[in-house]
Amino acid sequence: MSRTHLQAPARRRPTRNLVPRLLTGSFLVVFLVFFVLPVLWLVLAATKTDQQLVHGNPLSIGSWHAFKANWDALTGFQDNAIMQWLGNSTLYAVISLVITLCVTIPAGYALAMTEFRGRHSLLVATLVVMLMPTATLVVPLFLEVNAVHLIGSMWSIILPYSFYPFGVYLTYIYFSTAVPKDLLAAARMDGCSEFGVFRHIALPLATPVIALVGFFSFVANWTNYFLPYVMLPESSQMPIQVGVGSLLSNVPSFNPAVGTTAIERPQLALATLVAITPVLVVFLFAQRFLVSGMLAGATKE
Amino acid sequence: MTVVNSSTSSAGRRPRGTDRRSRAGIAFVAGYVILLIAFGVLPTGYAVYFAFTNAGGTFSGFSNFITTAQDFRFMDAVGHVAVYLLFWLVSLVVFVVGLSLLLHRLSSGVASKSLRFLYYIPGALAGAASVLVWLFMLDPSVSPVSSLLGTLGFHTFGEVIAPGNLALLFTIIAFWTGAGGWIVVMYGALNNIPKDVMEAAHIDGANAWQTAWCVQIPMLRKWIVYMVILAFAAGAQLFVEPQLLSLASVGVAGRDYSLNQLTYDFAFQMNNINGAAAVSVELLVVSVSVAGIFVARSGFFDAD
Repeated sequence: MSRTHLQAPARRRPTRNLVPRLLTGSFLVVFLVFFVLPVLWLVLAATKTDQQLVHGNPLSIGSWHAFKANWDALTGFQDNAIMQWLGNSTLYAVISLVITLCVTIPAGYALAMTEFRGRHSLLVATLVVMLMPTATLVVPLFLEVNAVHLIGSMWSIILPYSFYPFGVYLTYIYFSTAVPKDLLAAARMDGCSEFGVFRHIALPLATPVIALVGFFSFVANWTNYFLPYVMLPESSQMPIQVGVGSLLSNVPSFNPAVGTTAIERPQLALATLVAITPVLVVFLFAQRFLVSGMLAGATKE
Repeated sequence: MTVVNSSTSSAGRRPRGTDRRSRAGIAFVAGYVILLIAFGVLPTGYAVYFAFTNAGGTFSGFSNFITTAQDFRFMDAVGHVAVYLLFWLVSLVVFVVGLSLLLHRLSSGVASKSLRFLYYIPGALAGAASVLVWLFMLDPSVSPVSSLLGTLGFHTFGEVIAPGNLALLFTIIAFWTGAGGWIVVMYGALNNIPKDVMEAAHIDGANAWQTAWCVQIPMLRKWIVYMVILAFAAGAQLFVEPQLLSLASVGVAGRDYSLNQLTYDFAFQMNNINGAAAVSVELLVVSVSVAGIFVARSGFFDAD
């Protein structure tokens, strides 16, 4: 089983496998176009006028002037509503992210590393609720929140967002597979308190999973539509997702019944870009953990 | 020595350290348990309560389920969601697994990493943004692929979003936003297949197909099941796509395409909270049972 023995066939591969390699390559490229082209088009569309959008080359760049005009028209809509929606989204997503992390990481850690009465039932309950996304529970949640008179309050979406069983499950998998129990036992032996073990041993080791849970929960909250759509119906409270949806109904080419406050398609494209920018930024920071296969270690049996 | 120590220092059969750890464990999960009760257990209980009572709060048996099932839109919505789920799950399994295996075979690490990154980008456009992008992509007057749409016989936006095409269109949108993330997960799982297993297959003369089919896919099985469960649960909740499309469709697509749209309509347009709760409960029961069947048959959580 020497190295040279293994590498010998590999060297012959390029000529022998030319056709499959071409097929593989074109398959990957077709999907690359499928995934990237719409994003590229969206970015370019924001720099054009509606006329250019319809008559020009789809992949041409518009002008700075048109971009500026689109921006002014967009921010002019309902007196800068888009910035208010963006602020709302940020507020909701950040507060719930903080609560999620403070609650989820210790819970996943405790499920993986400690024994307590009810641990198994809690694990089962987590798996079950993980499979019922908030969407089915939107109407019941509305009734519950209505019963405690919180409809129209930002807590009516922040608190349900903070409940994130998927994060607990991820943390649980991470701690039970990637962190050896002996390490914690050694720290206990040295006189560390349970909280100290968590704070000084487990938490530093958990950086990748904290990043992962934080990223997933931020994106899930930022992109949620149904829950805020129901809970926060007033325009001044809408997060950007719902706001952009309401912009859509003001685009004449999609909805001819629009009155005077019309929005044109390039402005809608720009609004979409504005809506996704924070997610893209977070994504760029988190992608080191995501794309490099952070699950390395999380699936070993 | 150890045995003596632990038997003298413990009150019952458990050593003292275990008690301390048990209390700490409960403290660590407390916050989560409160949220779990408030936003998982209570709303579910509330939904069940409303589903089995009438507007006056008295027990009404299955009448809410019967009334909603007899609604002229109900069976259509069930059919729409079922067809959509079929398309969505099949395309997810076939293409995500296929693309991950191909990316994993790429000899250039840079190419594989860049492609994973680029495939993942639409993930940032989840929610309303992805629907807006695809409204543009599917509108022949502005789409960069309008010639392709034309070849397929679509010349106006209304033709593209004809009701018969919706399941496929929602599949494309969902795949576009969701697939990249799962490719990353599958790639991570492929990386975790022990090197000696792959080497053994190689030495035994297995070609790429055989290695993928007999070694890699079986070892990915748990992750594929996990993906299908989560995608099923999410897909059954279809709401934002048809809802936004109905806003933009020039009247072609209705507001009653999916089951969740129907619950919304029952609750907020028709003032039938009990009927809405009944549909929610049905969705929950179906999602959880399907997941349960998958979990039981695949042994996904055996490790626990």
